[in-house]
Amino acid sequence: MSVAINVENVVKKYGDLTIIPNLSVNIKNGEFFTLLGPSGCGKTTLLRMIVGFNSIEEGHIKFDDTIINNIPAHKRNIGMVFQNYAIFPHLTVRENVEYGLKLRKVKKEEMDKKVDEILKVVKIEEYQDRLPERLSGGQQQRVALARAIVIHPSVLLMDEPLSNLDAKLRVEMRSAIRDVQEKVGITTVYVTHDQEEALAISDRIAVMKDGIIQQVGKPHTIYTRPANVFVSTFIGHSNLFRGKISLIGQEKFIEFKNGYKIKMDNLTERVHDQMEVCISIRPEEFSICTPEEFSICTEGIKTKIKNKTFLGKYINYELNFEDQMIFPEQPSIEFSQDVGHAEKIYEVGDEIILKPNKYKINVFTEDGSESLIKDVKKYE
Amino acid sequence: MNKTKWKLDFWGVITLVIAAIFALFLVYPLFALFISGFQDSSTGAFTMANFAQFFKKKYYYQSMINSFTVTVCVTLLAIAIGAPLAYFMTVYKIKGKGIVEMLIIISMLSPPFIGAYSWILLLGRSGVLTEFLSKFLGIQMPSIYGFGGILLVFTLKLYSFIYLYVSGALKKIDVSLSEAAESLGCSSAKKVVTVILPLILPTVLAGSLLVFMNALADFGTPMLIGEGFNVMPVIIYSEFISEVGGQANFAAAMAAIMVFITAILFMAQKYVVNKKSFTMSSLRPIKPKEIKGIKSVFVHGFIYILVFLSIIPQITVIYTSFLKTKGSMFASGFSLESYQKIFKTAGKAIANTYLFGLAAIIVIILLGMFIAYLSTRRKNYLTSIIDTITMFPYIIPGSVLGITLLLAFNKKPILLSGTAAIIIVAFVIRRLPYTLRSSAAILYQISPSMEEASISLGSSPVKTFFKVTAVMMMPGVLAGAILSWITVINELSASVILYTGSTKTMSVAIYTEVIRASYGTAAALSSLLTLTTIISLIIFYKFTGNKEISL
Repeated sequence: MSVAINVENVVKKYGDLTIIPNLSVNIKNGEFFTLLGPSGCGKTTLLRMIVGFNSIEEGHIKFDDTIINNIPAHKRNIGMVFQNYAIFPHLTVRENVEYGLKLRKVKKEEMDKKVDEILKVVKIEEYQDRLPERLSGGQQQRVALARAIVIHPSVLLMDEPLSNLDAKLRVEMRSAIRDVQEKVGITTVYVTHDQEEALAISDRIAVMKDGIIQQVGKPHTIYTRPANVFVSTFIGHSNLFRGKISLIGQEKFIEFKNGYKIKMDNLTERVHDQMEVCISIRPEEFSICTPEEFSICTEGIKTKIKNKTFLGKYINYELNFEDQMIFPEQPSIEFSQDVGHAEKIYEVGDEIILKPNKYKINVFTEDGSESLIKDVKKYE
Repeated sequence: MNKTKWKLDFWGVITLVIAAIFALFLVYPLFALFISGFQDSSTGAFTMANFAQFFKKKYYYQSMINSFTVTVCVTLLAIAIGAPLAYFMTVYKIKGKGIVEMLIIISMLSPPFIGAYSWILLLGRSGVLTEFLSKFLGIQMPSIYGFGGILLVFTLKLYSFIYLYVSGALKKIDVSLSEAAESLGCSSAKKVVTVILPLILPTVLAGSLLVFMNALADFGTPMLIGEGFNVMPVIIYSEFISEVGGQANFAAAMAAIMVFITAILFMAQKYVVNKKSFTMSSLRPIKPKEIKGIKSVFVHGFIYILVFLSIIPQITVIYTSFLKTKGSMFASGFSLESYQKIFKTAGKAIANTYLFGLAAIIVIILLGMFIAYLSTRRKNYLTSIIDTITMFPYIIPGSVLGITLLLAFNKKPILLSGTAAIIIVAFVIRRLPYTLRSSAAILYQISPSMEEASISLGSSPVKTFFKVTAVMMMPGVLAGAILSWITVINELSASVILYTGSTKTMSVAIYTEVIRASYGTAAALSSLLTLTTIISLIIFYKFTGNKEISL
């Protein structure tokens, strides 16, 4: 039966090198939970601790209430899907799927039934007597999925299962994985560095960096209300502007370095007058004033278009700003224009005025470590 | 994760057992030998006298000079023949390529001393060709005995190592490299020098070391055909075997000198190859093209003559095995009497060869797989020490290994001399590296996640090794094992020192028959050995569908 996974104050060390300093997270029964982060952030390490391939130096991992630290990997009843599929090349597709059932000494009739069923679910019945070398990457991954699920594991663990597939197949397979997972209703831990994949597939996401969980939340929450600057820039693109708080009476404003002010209703109590902050705005969260309308929109962020990239649905404009307006070391400051609703396409060199959507703006402390927006949860 | 914490689980026990085996049968005997090289024969006191004696007497140190002269010449000749052969075979369409390759492999895998004795039958003092030429044409052939003969036999056998290595490397060169050179304005002759030659150089070096070591360590060939031209393995053997007591310490000192030299060469080669090597893989290997005219005649002529010369020993041996014999002479007419004789008198040797060989190959396969697994998947201090020790046989000449084992196990508590066990031990130690290297090579290509997948599905690590890892390793293991097997049944250098009447093998029997000048029975035994080699190869090719054996 499917279980909840409780990771409590877990530490992972290789010699003197600490990969995971102290990590706790609860993964609910039946949930599709994703560990997302740049390479080297410890996500695969954590996954392999849950599987039992990596030792746990401190803390506990529990399946429901059972501590599994000292249970060897082959007795944890887990299903694992690997980045390189790890299909046994000497066995046919069907034999691959039967492998785990045979070890569990399942009776022949029951095994046949189970295997038939799962092959149907992952849509590889027609290849069942082939050797895996003759299957495509996508088909191999379906075999891997079937092989992992057919044993009814307590949890299903997937380590970047789609990263070896091409872009189109990746999209197709990720919905296949989600479908199967929902059908079987099994607790799933999924590791990826691809944020789009994580947003598309997960019930909840844990964003990791340097072995520390930065935020846990639903995809929508993580995207719209990131808990810190790392999350806001790692998931999607965010433009980071320098700004400060200005309190006028009971009202709270954020003020850009060019003097443009926006009244905010959702700042926390922590803010104080003249506090330096980081204002984070996504490229699609601006509205635009054209030069013709300059007389009407007197306020906003004035800028010049440095570069333009046509992407089909969108046009991405790279914008020019003085150094004092923005935070340093950002790859680019961007505004993306929805081609479907655009009234005018701009050219490189055009001057425009941008107005951010104040309901979407995120405000962080100057060092970027914390959000100053009310009710933003680090752990959802 | 590469370094695993050491635990006394299944693999911990296996590690300890293997470490104990190597400590007992390789490290201990070797050190015992070296120490005895520093000991005075009568008093047992430590002395440098044995080494001093070696460098003082011309008879001894000349053997070292001889060894080096002949080995260097063989290596250079082997490169000069083997490399162009590999190039021609890869670049041009050669008629009868399959047969040519098969013949080269057969000539490579048959023991060199068979070559020596066939050439004696042909060009020796009363050789067939010698007599024919002097009787009918009045030509006096130069003597086959001595330096020239050794050079001839070694070169005709060992060029095949260079050939196999270089053609392997050429297969990995992508056509695009050569096309790139041409597009940059490189002529085709210049292309060979500036692109292809540098790319295969590390391989040529690795191959030459193999040739060098083989030529330096071989005992049978110089013993049979060298006559007055003494080389180190022969001197070591005769000093050790000589009835004059106390020569064992001196032989040990010489063996130590020899191992010292080979070790230095081995390390130097490793260093150079490590610095110069690069990995290549080719999507489009070089396609052989047609050649015409004088060039075709020249290339085909070169290849056919070369292969004919290298297969002559086998032809001679098989032909003469069916000749009638009169004492030690061949008489006219054919018969099977040589074969009848060997089954009567050497039946035991034949049975021994297969029995010991089979026992050895089973141990080799098991050890090879376990050690390969330990040194790639369970890295720790002990397993890396074991991995290093398994390289020792590369630098220990067979006769030296034979002496070490005999000295170490000729008294209680472990009295093995004269038993089958000591010969099997020698076989295993000498021929394990082939199986081990190719097992390790294939293991590096198997992703550890295969094993993890099996474990995650509920199979214990030990079960996983036998059900998944071992099965997937098989092609690599067998590719090495076939070479181990063939070289085991042809082994002479160590067994000639270790055998007694009841533990004689075919190789030893051939050697003793040749020494006693019963060429008929020697030929019959050699034919049987060659036949076994060929059948083994055919079974291997059929069974695995594998086209290559790995060196």
